[in-house]
Amino acid sequence: MPSRIVGGLGLSHVPSVGVAVDRDKMQTPAWKTLSDAYVPVREWLARLKPDVAIVVYNDHGADFQLDKYPTFAIGAADEYAIADEGFGTRPLPAVRGDAEFSFHLVESLVAEEFDLTVCQEMGVEHGFLVPMNLCFPHRADGWPVASVPLQVNVIQHPLPTGRRCFRLGQALRRAVESYEKDLKVVVMGTGGMSHQLQGKRFGFMNEAFDQMFLDGLEKDPEQLASLSHHELMEKAGAEAVELIMWHVMRGAMSPKARRVHRHYYAPMTTGMGLITFED
Amino acid sequence: MGLKSIPDTTVFDLRLSRHGRRLNKMCGSLCSPANRDAFKRDEEGYMTRFSLNEAEKNLVRARDFGGLIRAGLNIYWMLKLGSVTGNSLYRMGAQMRGESYEQFLATRNFKDAV
Repeated sequence: MPSRIVGGLGLSHVPSVGVAVDRDKMQTPAWKTLSDAYVPVREWLARLKPDVAIVVYNDHGADFQLDKYPTFAIGAADEYAIADEGFGTRPLPAVRGDAEFSFHLVESLVAEEFDLTVCQEMGVEHGFLVPMNLCFPHRADGWPVASVPLQVNVIQHPLPTGRRCFRLGQALRRAVESYEKDLKVVVMGTGGMSHQLQGKRFGFMNEAFDQMFLDGLEKDPEQLASLSHHELMEKAGAEAVELIMWHVMRGAMSPKARRVHRHYYAPMTTGMGLITFED
Repeated sequence: MGLKSIPDTTVFDLRLSRHGRRLNKMCGSLCSPANRDAFKRDEEGYMTRFSLNEAEKNLVRARDFGGLIRAGLNIYWMLKLGSVTGNSLYRMGAQMRGESYEQFLATRNFKDAV
């Protein structure tokens, strides 16, 4: 049987979750709501038994600097280092990759005219690691799944459009389904939801917008992907534009995919959303 | 082309990125313990090493976070400067809002989730 996508997740990658995980604070009152929401998600993932997680995320100046900044970049290695993003290196095992699978994805995506930057070395940080912490907790000897990091420019405008991200997801699905080895794959679209981290509008959130975005993913994801960057930033905060990475995930799922989990928690400065889909 | 402006918001585009390239390059270098130590030992020398101009140096000296954003330092690169100068994201945010840290925390839904 060829490979297939068994599940899709949209989820926030708020860095303070990483700190809470490292300091064993996920059961404290501030984090328990979020922590509890992921218990059924991990049970669901345990039933799906994915071999690989494709994690669509953005680097925050840990491994990618602005002197050369790719619009889309993909990891193509058997191992990814934990990057120091300015606060020290988190005590986590190196991330397991699957270079052969990455090579196939690159070949298929480039043939479909998605010309990604290919990274044979890549360090990953909170954008990638927080979703992994929440969904695939590591053990002392490593992580329970292999990963493919897919980095998107959501920082330096011009950014890829939401529609481009959605179509990348559709192409990613075809790439997965044309891989001969029998792999079960989940796709994670990370970031957001509403937040703004600079200027006088620091701390801005918009739960109504975030709920609308979650509704759109369920009901009409293609229409949702046509939301402009300006509209996203105006309604949900400048840094919320990273929600375009969720379109990659939704594009990779079938149009009729069933929503399984949905949760929302906004304690400090970011609407932390969670939604999962199963084909 | 380009994006329409949004009130009280800086949109980090190519022009701003080019303007802030010295600041972003310096802050990007703080992703290593040795460089963080070097910055803490000799902040002035570190800024000179990255060719910051006098206006940029003054913004760093003053820990003027709103000014640094407007000068083209990207927020995620500014977090590295925050880390090395003992200013958390929320402290920088409070300053950018024109509030004390305590005033800012009082506006949050659950201020212990830091």
